[in-house]
Amino acid sequence: MSLFYVVALLSTFFALMTIFTKNPVHSVLYLVITFFTFTVHYILLNAQFLAVVNFIVYMGAIMVLFLFVLMLLNMNEDVEPMKSTLVKVMAVIAGCCLFVTVCGALHLFDTQTPLIEKDPSIGLVKNLGQVLFKEFLLPFELSSLLLLTAMVGAVLLAKKEPKRI
Amino acid sequence: MLAFIWLIPLLPLLGFIINGLGQRSFSKSFIGILASGAVFASFILSVAVFSDVWSARQAGEEAVFTQEIFEWFAVGDLQVSLTFLVDPLSSIMLLIITGIGFLIHLYAIGYMKHDAGFGKFFAYLNLFIFFMLLLVLGSNYLVLFIGWEGVGLCSYLLIGFWYTNPRYASAAKKAFVMNRIGDLGFLLALFFIFGTFGTLEYAGIFSAAKDFPMGDITLLTITLLLFIAATGKSAQIPLFTWLPDAMAGPTPVSALIHAATMVTAGIYLIARSNILFTLSPITLQLITIIGLATALLGAIIALTQTDIKKVLAYSTVSQLGYMFVGLGVGAFTGAFFHVITHAFFKALLFLGAGSVIHAMSDEQDMRKMGALKKSLPITFSTMLIGTIAIAGIPPFSGFFSKDEILAYAYAAHPIYWVLGFLAALCTAFYMFRLIFLTFYGSFRGTASQQEHLHESPASMTIPLIILAILAMVGGFLNVPEALGGGHALANFLAPIFADSAAIKAAPTIAHSTEYLLMGVSVVGALVMAGYAYFLFVKKADIPSEERSGMAKLSYHKFYIDELYDWLLVNPLKWSSQVFYTVVERLGIDGLVNGIGRGIGGAGRTVRLLQSGYITFYLFMMVLGVILLFVYGLVSI
Amino acid sequence: MENIVQNLQTVPLNHYILFSTLIFSIGVIGVLIRRNMIIMMMSIELMLNAVNLLLAAFSVHHGDSSGQVFVFFIMALAAAEVAVGLAIIIMVYRNTKSVDIDALNKLRW
Repeated sequence: MSLFYVVALLSTFFALMTIFTKNPVHSVLYLVITFFTFTVHYILLNAQFLAVVNFIVYMGAIMVLFLFVLMLLNMNEDVEPMKSTLVKVMAVIAGCCLFVTVCGALHLFDTQTPLIEKDPSIGLVKNLGQVLFKEFLLPFELSSLLLLTAMVGAVLLAKKEPKRI
Repeated sequence: MLAFIWLIPLLPLLGFIINGLGQRSFSKSFIGILASGAVFASFILSVAVFSDVWSARQAGEEAVFTQEIFEWFAVGDLQVSLTFLVDPLSSIMLLIITGIGFLIHLYAIGYMKHDAGFGKFFAYLNLFIFFMLLLVLGSNYLVLFIGWEGVGLCSYLLIGFWYTNPRYASAAKKAFVMNRIGDLGFLLALFFIFGTFGTLEYAGIFSAAKDFPMGDITLLTITLLLFIAATGKSAQIPLFTWLPDAMAGPTPVSALIHAATMVTAGIYLIARSNILFTLSPITLQLITIIGLATALLGAIIALTQTDIKKVLAYSTVSQLGYMFVGLGVGAFTGAFFHVITHAFFKALLFLGAGSVIHAMSDEQDMRKMGALKKSLPITFSTMLIGTIAIAGIPPFSGFFSKDEILAYAYAAHPIYWVLGFLAALCTAFYMFRLIFLTFYGSFRGTASQQEHLHESPASMTIPLIILAILAMVGGFLNVPEALGGGHALANFLAPIFADSAAIKAAPTIAHSTEYLLMGVSVVGALVMAGYAYFLFVKKADIPSEERSGMAKLSYHKFYIDELYDWLLVNPLKWSSQVFYTVVERLGIDGLVNGIGRGIGGAGRTVRLLQSGYITFYLFMMVLGVILLFVYGLVSI
Repeated sequence: MENIVQNLQTVPLNHYILFSTLIFSIGVIGVLIRRNMIIMMMSIELMLNAVNLLLAAFSVHHGDSSGQVFVFFIMALAAAEVAVGLAIIIMVYRNTKSVDIDALNKLRW
């Protein structure tokens, strides 16, 4: 058995746990684990930079943000709103339909060829840094602006409204 | 002075604009002075222009002057410019319009003094003068048509001046609709003229028309259509019923529009296009017959009317018929001569009637008048002059113009003369009947009316006196040869009718025949006057409501209005009712409302999908994505 | 390193696509079955990650590093999205005292 299938199985399991666990805190934790398995995937693909960024940004920053919000809003299993079973079943069926159709679409293309790593070095930090700061310099700088805007927006939105005089 | 032609119509237009805008804020005296002043200035200019034309004619020239104001539009081959044309015909019309228009303005200052719509009235009057001047000054049919429509509009506005009275308002509507029928003829004639001659300018059309053969079918069509237009505007059978109803307007309006100027526009139109008509003998024949029928019918109806203005209205219809007879038998000068004299004495009679009505506190029924001679001496004497003039007793103006027409009619066919003579007899009778009923006998009004009897103010009597003098001497404009005259007017107008005269020479009537005809008509008129005196003064036979036979028929205007109602109006009403209920309500409304209801219903159903639940929207989105994939799969 | 590459070459590209689709579908199901807005956003993150993985896999397959740069940008975008999204959720919570998506049912006629 290839390592990929083991990790993929784990990812699928934890992803399912994420969406089916009733307690939101547990959900977040399962998602963290899912993301960790994704990091492993990136390592398997020899995409070291992505693995690190995924680890730091997704698991470290984004998920922690989720946890903070959950704690801020004091969420737990008791106040968790749940949908009726019928809606759940329908949603699962819809999701499965999506999966089946996409898979069906895939079968039209012959992509049985194994994954061939043409250049093992492309995922390395050094190499990606070169690309990022040469070819994609402008989008990279623009993304910093995007983040700044998002930060300002988030602060503005979440700020308590000042009392009207 | 010919450089200032453009000022002549512009001044009344300015008067209209200023008075129209300031009708509520200006004082009555200012409005009156401004309106009459504008027309008077136009009159002075017209006199100057006329004297230029006159001296040119005396020098033996054709005396045709044009002044292009601007090119209006040019579409393909059609080039229309706003050009003013002054020639003997239009210069005389200018004098009539501005001269009589000014007198009537002056009169109206006194007559309308107590009316709330004083400013509006004078604004409309000025607008009318403007359009009438445009009508006669235009050098092509399109400008004439603008004036034609404009005077129709002013006529509508002024008939319905007291629009709060529904009867008056519907009289205005009737006049407008009936004129519309004639205008349609005019419009079609315009199309035919352009299609045939490729231009709308008089000069181009008339010079081209000369080369057409006698009785050409195209010219026949054009002239018939133009004649339809003229029957509408000039109140001939079958479109004459609006004119008597038009008496709903204030009396100065009746005098100016419905006696002196606007209703003669049809005569002007035909006189202007005389060459076309001369080349269409069938149309001329028709004009003669219609004219005679109208002259007789109007005169017979006028015999029994009791409303003083109605008598004059039917008299106008009858006299207009006379003018058409003149046109029909080729007496273009005679017809136009009658236009001039008729403008004098009919304006005078209307204004006199207005003065009587004014004195009688708005009473118009002659059965309730009588013995007004003492209280209204000026009005009486001037109206008597007008009556003598219209009755055709020499040496007053009506005699000359009427006899010229009758002489031509006799030359065309003696039966025409007989019918015209009958109409003249009726005219003499009903006019003297009017005088005797109104001014003689005993007073039949109420006591309070008798107390208020008074002669009208100077602003009303001065126009009366001036018009009376004109009615007396107007006839000497064109004294026939038989009476030692020089045909001054005929010579003056000669270039206008030269082409027609070249084709169809004026009939020569022996002087002895002419004397005989004159004598017969004068004696007839005097006899009728005497008979009227005998009937209404000696016997004091005041007409009652109860009538029988011909008198009843005449009193009820031969039931022509009822006939039109039965023949045209009611079927129209009925069919429009059918169209309204079946086509409009069921068909169109049903369709439109059905579509509306269908869309509304569909919207009400579909909007239920918009539940507001985001989850639902997400479901739909996923479904859509799935469907897209499936579609992609299937289409591959 | 050799081992990993060796390992990699036994996996068909097709399986990466299938795996990503599966995770993506799980994300969709998550969005559909949960009413908690925070969990819905987490499911969206799941979908984003599935796409990221696929991008990285194709990048490796084609030997073109642009795909991985793209993943990097998506991560930056996700970070921004989460920051704003969570701020909005906090605002909503302040107004409705709930993070229930069905409380926001004003979006209708």
